[in-house]
Amino acid sequence: MASKSWLNFLTFLCGSAIGFFLCSQLLSILLGEQGDTQPNILHNDPHARHSDDNGQNHLEGQMNFNADSSQHKDENTDIAENLFQKVKILCWVMTGPQNLEKKAKHVKATWAQRCNKVLFMSSEENKDFPTVGLKTKEGRDQLYWKTIKAFQYVHDHYLEDADWFMKADDDTYVILDNLRWLLSKYDPEKPIYFGRRFKPYVKQGYMSGGAGYVLSKEALKRFVDAFKTDKCTHSSSIEDLALGKCMEIINVEAGDSRDTTGKETFHPFVPEHHLIKGYLPRTFWYWNYNYYPPVEVSLEILLYKYLD
Amino acid sequence: MLSESSSFLKGVILGSIFCALITMLGRIRIGHGNTMHHHEHHHLQAPNKENILKISGDERLELSKGFQIYCIILVKPKDVSLWAAVKETWTKHCDKTEFFSSENFEEFESISMETSDMWLMMRKAYKYAFEKYSDQYNWFFLVRPTTFAIVENLKYFLLKKDPSQPFYLGHTIKSGDFEYVSVRGGIVLSIESMKRLNSLLNIPEKCPEQGGMIWKISEDKQLAVCLKYAGVFAENAEDTDGKDVFNTKSVRLFIKEAMNNHSNQVVGRCCSDMAVTFNGLTPNQMHVMMYGVYRLRAFGHLFNDTLIFLPPDGSDND
Repeated sequence: MASKSWLNFLTFLCGSAIGFFLCSQLLSILLGEQGDTQPNILHNDPHARHSDDNGQNHLEGQMNFNADSSQHKDENTDIAENLFQKVKILCWVMTGPQNLEKKAKHVKATWAQRCNKVLFMSSEENKDFPTVGLKTKEGRDQLYWKTIKAFQYVHDHYLEDADWFMKADDDTYVILDNLRWLLSKYDPEKPIYFGRRFKPYVKQGYMSGGAGYVLSKEALKRFVDAFKTDKCTHSSSIEDLALGKCMEIINVEAGDSRDTTGKETFHPFVPEHHLIKGYLPRTFWYWNYNYYPPVEVSLEILLYKYLD
Repeated sequence: MLSESSSFLKGVILGSIFCALITMLGRIRIGHGNTMHHHEHHHLQAPNKENILKISGDERLELSKGFQIYCIILVKPKDVSLWAAVKETWTKHCDKTEFFSSENFEEFESISMETSDMWLMMRKAYKYAFEKYSDQYNWFFLVRPTTFAIVENLKYFLLKKDPSQPFYLGHTIKSGDFEYVSVRGGIVLSIESMKRLNSLLNIPEKCPEQGGMIWKISEDKQLAVCLKYAGVFAENAEDTDGKDVFNTKSVRLFIKEAMNNHSNQVVGRCCSDMAVTFNGLTPNQMHVMMYGVYRLRAFGHLFNDTLIFLPPDGSDND
């Protein structure tokens, strides 16, 4: 009998230990605070064609980032407003049907509003967004076709509406005010274009497609004309290089977009890549492509690429 | 078999009851200092620009110089990359920054607290800071290295607040009746609060080193309990529009939430224009913030700041 009561006692102890443990777990869950959850520190590798934040990027309705612009009561924007009138920029954004909700929509809600005119170029027309249909296919090998047709469209419909014509991707961020400051010193009737200048393959250099580039009115005229007269053709699908070669043929100057201290203002990668020393390894192709010697990052940044 | 299972069940029941009892006791202990319960809303506001403009130019200059903020960063060796980022970025704008680490770490200079318990580290850090610097600094700002702070906005916020009053402010969280400042948003104490805190740190009944009986109570809650005994209450810092100025979330998270909740006014309504802190940034993001806050400018947009707070003389600064 004694052994039985001993066994009973043991099971009792086990039971109480388990009960205690279960209860403590339950209570700690119930009484745990909402405020304690550590926010997710997201580590992004911008070079991965990311499928980030899967699924939840379907946006309802219009997004207006500028709704607050009246809120900055102590902000004096006279100079910026003045430049807006004086230096008219038409922006066209290279996008596609699959990127309208994910990327182009955000461009439209943010920096694109500061262009004097903005157009979204896609392989197919979308009346709601709206996008211009270029009647091409989608894909990296179509980029130069899209570029040629986009510039053609802009030339045929909006030539007199702007002085400068900017091409940007849907994962680029542009600070238009700073772009106007750069362009204000140049005459749009002269054949010139600006961007992040790369040195290989083209004698005068060519502009990186990713960082975006902007053509003067004269440059645009010459570019469109060159395809009509076969001076330039769809020589390759490498958009920025092919365009750069064409520019050289038609005598459009590759301009120097650096700021007054010699720092670059167009950037082909996200800010982190450019700001953090040693982020891009010394062996990376980028260092050999830059036309100008590297200096620390500019105060007057114009463009950033691969922003998610 | 039956008697065993019944004794097992009895055991389970008794164990749970015992556990529940202990939890209740523990909770009562936290809410104990409730006797001096203030019925005011504990919100503090930033100064109004019009009021600042009424002050003469010279007085404003005096005001902007008279501010000395001592920054306390509590680090552990596992935070090393955040530690490096924080050291190289925003802390350069503090009048003095001191890193208090759990143990000696050769990579970076710090003051070792020789404990890895956050509450003990916090106590020792506050004690050290008070003993050494009570006559030099009138505001003490404590953060973890996951936080990015804009010191100039902190100074502006504190501009017309008298440090000889017991201020204890930041991003507050309510836990039942009990309100405390979250360490992740940054904790600001005036010199008066520091004084009162330090006199209590030696009294284990009021300010025990081991607060919770069974479960560890977070260090920011323990601090609040201590301070409550000294008559110092947590206050939530807000701008003139009622938006939190100290944030426990990152900008990224705010934007995401704003896109989901009010997509037609994202940037305008996500966060305060004069935010002091954001939390949950990666080291790279801190560098980008530094660049965005202090260097990147949109040409032609002029902000007429009523006050300029300059970084300390001779500091290696942006």
